[in-house]
Amino acid sequence: MTTTTAPATETTYAAYARPLWQRLLLNRTTAMVALLVVAYVYAYNQVPFFSGKLTLYFLLMDMAPILLMALPMTLVIVTGEIDLSVASTLGLSAVVTGLLIHDHGFSLPAAALVALVVGVLAGLLNGVLVAYVGLPSLAVTIGTLALYRGIAVGLIGTKAISGMPAHWKDLVNRHIGTSSYPLVVIPIVVLAALFALLLHLTPFGRGVYEIGLNAEAAHFSGVDVRRTKLVLYVLSGVVSAFAGVFYLLRFDSANTDTGTGLELQVIAAVLLGGVSIFGGRGDLIGVLAGVLLIGVLSSALRLQQTGSDVIEIVIGVLLVLSVISTQLLDRVRSVRGRLRRTTRSAPAPEVGDGSRKVMS
Amino acid sequence: MSTTELLVEPSRVSPVQRAVVGAFRSREFAIAAVLVLVVAAATFKSSSFVFSHDGWRDLLLSPSLLLLVAIGEMVVIVTRNVDLSVGSTLGLSAYLTGRLFTDHPGIPILLVFVIGLVFGALLGCINGLLVTVFQVPALVITLGTMYAFRGALVHWAGSKQIYASNLPDSFQNLGTEQILTIPVLTIVGLAVLVLVGYYLWNARGGRELYAIGSDPEAAGLYGLPVARRVFGAFVVCGALAGLAGVVQDARYSTATSSTGQGLELQAVAAVVIGGVAIFGGSGSVYGAAIGAFLLITINAALPILGIPEFWQNAVVGVLILGSICLDRFLAQRRTHRLIESRDDA
Repeated sequence: MTTTTAPATETTYAAYARPLWQRLLLNRTTAMVALLVVAYVYAYNQVPFFSGKLTLYFLLMDMAPILLMALPMTLVIVTGEIDLSVASTLGLSAVVTGLLIHDHGFSLPAAALVALVVGVLAGLLNGVLVAYVGLPSLAVTIGTLALYRGIAVGLIGTKAISGMPAHWKDLVNRHIGTSSYPLVVIPIVVLAALFALLLHLTPFGRGVYEIGLNAEAAHFSGVDVRRTKLVLYVLSGVVSAFAGVFYLLRFDSANTDTGTGLELQVIAAVLLGGVSIFGGRGDLIGVLAGVLLIGVLSSALRLQQTGSDVIEIVIGVLLVLSVISTQLLDRVRSVRGRLRRTTRSAPAPEVGDGSRKVMS
Repeated sequence: MSTTELLVEPSRVSPVQRAVVGAFRSREFAIAAVLVLVVAAATFKSSSFVFSHDGWRDLLLSPSLLLLVAIGEMVVIVTRNVDLSVGSTLGLSAYLTGRLFTDHPGIPILLVFVIGLVFGALLGCINGLLVTVFQVPALVITLGTMYAFRGALVHWAGSKQIYASNLPDSFQNLGTEQILTIPVLTIVGLAVLVLVGYYLWNARGGRELYAIGSDPEAAGLYGLPVARRVFGAFVVCGALAGLAGVVQDARYSTATSSTGQGLELQAVAAVVIGGVAIFGGSGSVYGAAIGAFLLITINAALPILGIPEFWQNAVVGVLILGSICLDRFLAQRRTHRLIESRDDA
């Protein structure tokens, strides 16, 4: 509809106020992808050994668990919730798989299946407490962070499990053909495609955004808020469990602190990728670019003999800068918008602005 | 107030009775009861848990570190923010303390405490400024500064370590010294607790922190200095984490680049167990303090109770989940009561 003649009824949505090319090119996702490309090209040409074949292999192997867990985490954060328990679920899954194979003579597929079921159960507990009991997810998942880690520690004690079947270890460490991509890229790509499909091209995914923008409005427009959240937590649990099996096979070890601290890395990567912590905004491509950017930076810095200290500072500063820049850009844009239409009063609705206190 | 009409009728129940009943009904009482139960059970199994010199001292001394951090975290959480950088702040301050003693032998201990406090406050300023000036969610900002501060510490300390030999004896003795059988470091923590508790409950600024946490927008519309108060909360939180860094050195006589790692989630856990709503506006700092005591004490008590120490984390998790479920239940009951009393009226 072209309603240029009736300015009184015209509503301007912040997201659609600009021309198409600006919307496509000047957004967080494009910026993130551009930053990733720049960082990669720079490192490829300037950092010694970065162009080597093994660099990309190790980069992807190192980032694989974070890449995996970031997929469901994106959806969870888009609904305005959070899941801090992913790393503990990863640890629990690694320990369960390891113990079943080591002490009970399970084959790897059987053990991994049990681990995935454990992941589903872990996600179910989170999801029920958050979605159906209505508890704040930050508090719930801090609790389950301790609980799942605790169960893993309780099961394994001070032991460290190693000696996984060589056949499966080789499979995990194998390359695709003769390329420098590890085999784990295949499940990552498949899962990423599935999650992108789910988030961006299904009614379920639209519901996820709607919940993040306004859970109550989503409920009244027919989105099953509680079931959606439950499904997302279960997905988060099962993908984390899968990452746990990968972790176990890759390092051939499971112990009490397998994967500790990964949860904050995953969340940092997701937020860096442009997902708003308030929910309702962000997309998977940005998140993937964000995770890979962290991977490229750490591997480039490591090749330059810089310690993990600089990498941590860079991640931290990048995270802070990325949110501040979005916030500043939004404010500049809204001020400019206000200047442009000085006479009209109704301010454009601010996307995702509001507190996280959206208790259904 | 010069109005002659009272807005609220004074209660017919006597103040003393009200205070006693209120104390029994309070959320803090429930958590304190659990703490007493845990201690009693452990003492029943092994009397040295409380009734020996070392047992008594450890019981009081071990939580002093988390106590300080949890108090600061509570002040931030009550404003509906969160500070995830406390662990890194504590680590930086702990290493700074060690360096001060190594590089400037003979530096007065009190001065070191002040420097630790001020240094932590400065780091808190960074968080506070970023959160209030740019109006960015605290969770993201402090997650970023958590990495940045930790990175700075690793950069600074590298693989170097502060050993007991770097610290003067008089400072290390603080870790074990007792006044009336109460360890000095615990007294420091309790003094801070009483100060902060008084401020939050009675001072105007403290009440405003609660108001901001209940509804930041309404608080702003009402004319409360939201940004200034939130900034202040972050500074207090940083300062207490800095102070805790000095305490950590006195207690353990060592500091590395990984000191304080993971403490941020423990602090949040203590606050949540203590009945402070994670979305601000309710709870007391005493609850957070009891939560800190409970978290640490349960770790010490489990092995005595015959539960392998490996299950500690799981118990802590159940405790956190249990306490938020309890909070939810209590809140629902309160709402029902309010609705009933409204319908009756």
